[in-house]
Amino acid sequence: MDSTAEKITAMQGYKLHVIETDKYKTNTFVWKMKAPLTKEDVTKRALLPQVLQSSSAKYPTTTALRSYLDELYGATLFIDLAKKGEYHIISLTLEIANEKFLSDPTPLLKKGFELLSEVLTKPNVSGDRFDQDTVNKEKRTLKQRIQSVYDDKMRYSNVRLLQEMCKGEPYALQVNGEAEDVEAITPENLYDYYKMAFLEDEMDLYVIGDVKEEEVKSLAKDLLNFEDRTPKKLDPLDVQKKEKVNEIKEEQDVKQGKLNIGYRTNVVYGDSDYFALQLFNGIFGGFSHSKLFINVREKASLAYYVSSRLESHKGLMMVMSGIDLKNFDQAVGIIRDQLEAMRKGDFSEQELVQTKAVIRNQILETIDTSRGLTEILYHNVVAGKDIKLEQWITDMEKTTKEEIVAVAAKIELDTIYFLTGSEAVK
Amino acid sequence: MEKINFDQLQEELYHEKLSNGLNVYILPKKGFNKTFATFTTKYGSIDNHFVPFGQEEYKKVPDGIAHFLEHKLFEKEDGDVFQQFSKQGASANAFTSFTRTAYLFSSTSDVEKNLETLVDFVQDPYFSEKTVEKEKGIIGQEITMYDDNPDWRLYFGLIQNLYQNHPVKIDIAGTIESISHITKDLLYECYNTFYHPSNMLLFIVGPVDPNKFMDQVRENQSKKDYKEMPEIQRKFEDEPLQTAEQKQVLEMNVQTSKCLIGMKALHVDQSGAELLKNELTMNVLLDLLFGKSSENYNQLYTEGLIDETFSYDYTQEQGFGFAMIGGDTENPDKLTEQLKNMLFHAKNATSFSEEQLERAKKKKIGSFLRAVNSPEYIANQFTRYAFNDMNLFDVVPTLEKITLDDVKKLASEVISEERFSVCQVIPKK
Repeated sequence: MDSTAEKITAMQGYKLHVIETDKYKTNTFVWKMKAPLTKEDVTKRALLPQVLQSSSAKYPTTTALRSYLDELYGATLFIDLAKKGEYHIISLTLEIANEKFLSDPTPLLKKGFELLSEVLTKPNVSGDRFDQDTVNKEKRTLKQRIQSVYDDKMRYSNVRLLQEMCKGEPYALQVNGEAEDVEAITPENLYDYYKMAFLEDEMDLYVIGDVKEEEVKSLAKDLLNFEDRTPKKLDPLDVQKKEKVNEIKEEQDVKQGKLNIGYRTNVVYGDSDYFALQLFNGIFGGFSHSKLFINVREKASLAYYVSSRLESHKGLMMVMSGIDLKNFDQAVGIIRDQLEAMRKGDFSEQELVQTKAVIRNQILETIDTSRGLTEILYHNVVAGKDIKLEQWITDMEKTTKEEIVAVAAKIELDTIYFLTGSEAVK
Repeated sequence: MEKINFDQLQEELYHEKLSNGLNVYILPKKGFNKTFATFTTKYGSIDNHFVPFGQEEYKKVPDGIAHFLEHKLFEKEDGDVFQQFSKQGASANAFTSFTRTAYLFSSTSDVEKNLETLVDFVQDPYFSEKTVEKEKGIIGQEITMYDDNPDWRLYFGLIQNLYQNHPVKIDIAGTIESISHITKDLLYECYNTFYHPSNMLLFIVGPVDPNKFMDQVRENQSKKDYKEMPEIQRKFEDEPLQTAEQKQVLEMNVQTSKCLIGMKALHVDQSGAELLKNELTMNVLLDLLFGKSSENYNQLYTEGLIDETFSYDYTQEQGFGFAMIGGDTENPDKLTEQLKNMLFHAKNATSFSEEQLERAKKKKIGSFLRAVNSPEYIANQFTRYAFNDMNLFDVVPTLEKITLDDVKKLASEVISEERFSVCQVIPKK
């Protein structure tokens, strides 16, 4: 696993993470910015990277910027937003061909780095504000993106579960911001926010590919420098325990009901029982050998998809399934029984061994892609930990049945959300 | 075993056609943890009318049966194959497309065992009336899930507009009604017709020793007794050049409208180098017309007619093909009109420069390099190309040879009123 050897250097205002590997035909840059998730900023933070990637000072139109990317052998530039715990994370990824696989030997790493720096530090600005047309166009796109969640019922019901379950907590906010807050954003206040974010956010740059650490460092030193800062750290949120399970049924014109169930795990990345939680999730619902798949799908034929997944920094577990409208009670019952079985330790040695093998495999597969590797390594930044991947795997494999039963006892059902059709309710 | 070198890409591919007709390909990838293998039959949702193995007459089978078979192959007398794979630390899956059914696994350990499991489970069907009935509930939920998905409805709606007779217009999973007619005997008939090794391709990519793995597959196959297989006889009704419908509007529970325009392909009898060139030229044409760096894209985005969901794609297989362009929009009729104008303008007056063409080719070459970072892409696409007598690794040299004249000629030929159609999803009133 030496291919994941991550070399971290503190640069001016950010950390540089270099991973030297010769397995890809491209080189990848991932720029990450992390700040606390707040109602006030979330929508601006969603709009900001969209504006940055659409034009810059040197390439003042989308056509100019995208033509230049095409010129660089179709380099890709895209953004992504995520919630991790109570943090909001912006990622901007640039992937560019390695010229050693091209008939044209023009070096591309430096050009890629220069473009990344251009996009981040020399935006399309006039005076004290972003270009008006760009901001207007991107505001419209953002509104459409927020609105489109409604049309994808699987995503919609997940968003609704979190809104209901985490009411009053920052995590209830949508990753793309709130529709009603888009209008108030102006080229001026967005530019102010841009300056502030680059002054205060915790920032990290990952460079992955057939590169030399020294060369990357020297390019970073020449091209990307910001003010030093002390990133804001959040204290763990004290969540008031609900007195009884929250049950929400929402009616819409749908053929298939979407059942989403949220639990508080009371365990986060970096806790000593985090690996036990991962195994719990694997035996319970993470895979196609898990209890949920076997019992809800294979035995009862109730669903095509049914699974559970963890939010590692917030301490949540979410079950999701698509079921016939009339099968709500039966499905909820079976899912409840599986959790009960886990609490009682009603799972075999084989289920445990199997799950360990599959999780190990999943981690090793994830780090085969530059994006997957970045995401795994970034857990440490979010949690402020330094857990090596090797340690992650060994600790996971050492976990015992007793530890899993112990972690199962900590898991609390919080909210059951069901998106149901109009027929079922009548 | 033959070895094929791709110098520019620094890849080596190993190939052998076994005595039972199975084509095996191995691509060693150093530095990767994962090995990925696909075992694919040239049998998809469009193969619904054929002479079953050992019979004489053509027979039509229920819609969705290829996909149903894919689900059922995972189930054995002693339980389900997912369990076996996960014991061996692998993750397994399968998919059915218009023309292929693929079974696959990826794993970072026990690769030999997993490969054995993959090949053996696909070559040892176990269908019973009881398990067939049980599967109808699960697939029924899969179908309902897609019914609620506006992007899927839009995509299939457009295909149904474009095609009058060809079975590409049938939803891959079928309908709840059509799958109710599936029986275990029908599944065996399909299986025996299409799962002979001579109709299949095994692709392995990962940190593997090609000699060792080829030996293993050869050994595995030599133990199984396959009779020689006559050529499969499939039947397709004649398909007119014209579309079935010019326009279709679906009302659904959505907030944002969607619009997808389509153009039915010409020359769908092509295969090999000819198909590869046609497909790539069409992709270059679409890039020039609608890529993010194009004037058209900029205009549509500035007018607020498209957003980040906008995309375009071209597919061509034996017997069918289509270009599709569109995405979410605030004004589906205006977007339809604009896209259509842009297309027909290109038919009559392609004003692309050499410089634009070079840039579009560079973009495609770079995106090919990015794609071959992915073992999944290599295995899936290589198989698709091979089933059409093309070679995935000819993409870059073929791209390099495309000229402005090729693009112009294709544009003037393929863009036509009678092959044009549009599908829209709009919010229910």
